[in-house]
Amino acid sequence: MAKLLYFGRLSDITGAAEESLTLPDSVSTAGELRRFLDLRFDAQGALLEPTVRIAVNNELCFDTATISEADEIAFMPPVGGG
Amino acid sequence: MLKVSEHVIDACALLKGFEADVSGAGAIVSFSGIVRPEASTGSVEHLFLQAYSPMTENGIQAAMDEAKSRWPIENAMVQHRVGEMKAGDTIVFVATASAHRRAAFEAADFLMDYLKTKAVFWKREKTDLGDAWIEPRDADYADAERWR
Repeated sequence: MAKLLYFGRLSDITGAAEESLTLPDSVSTAGELRRFLDLRFDAQGALLEPTVRIAVNNELCFDTATISEADEIAFMPPVGGG
Repeated sequence: MLKVSEHVIDACALLKGFEADVSGAGAIVSFSGIVRPEASTGSVEHLFLQAYSPMTENGIQAAMDEAKSRWPIENAMVQHRVGEMKAGDTIVFVATASAHRRAAFEAADFLMDYLKTKAVFWKREKTDLGDAWIEPRDADYADAERWR
């Protein structure tokens, strides 16, 4: 199962900061996962915003990146500290 | 010298230690970021900072390395707090040391702009009027653009 992490305001939408998920057969890229989850959580596009970046195993990636069951996949809205 | 932790930041103690470590420097600049008591939507009850290790630390370390390649600084320190904090607490401490002041000022300014807009943190503010996730302001992004 893939480990999914939802940071910042996204955890308010998903209801949890993390979950384990068996990737559906229709999902093999980060972009496909983004679209699948947006529908699953009825997020109304919140997960599709270009400012929400995806990191696979701690590396930012494009939506075309291939993902697998062993991956840790993080959904990251705009960051900022200080 | 980088640390991201839930522990209280004692800026005075950190500065003293930094000064001792860079005893050959001619200029030392330090910056402390403090939790403001007032938010745009009420009085701050607490601020919650979330990080994603090791991505958070890796990114800050890369920014510190970039600062060292852009300015002749002898050393730099970044300490950033995560977890729950209250108004008046120090969120972040940055210090830089160089032979002359300009490099230390600019490197500290550069590091703070990185921390405000690119460092992997998320902030949630709890005020007397409710909770809200805080994202960087346009002014923060404009500040960060200065170093391109």
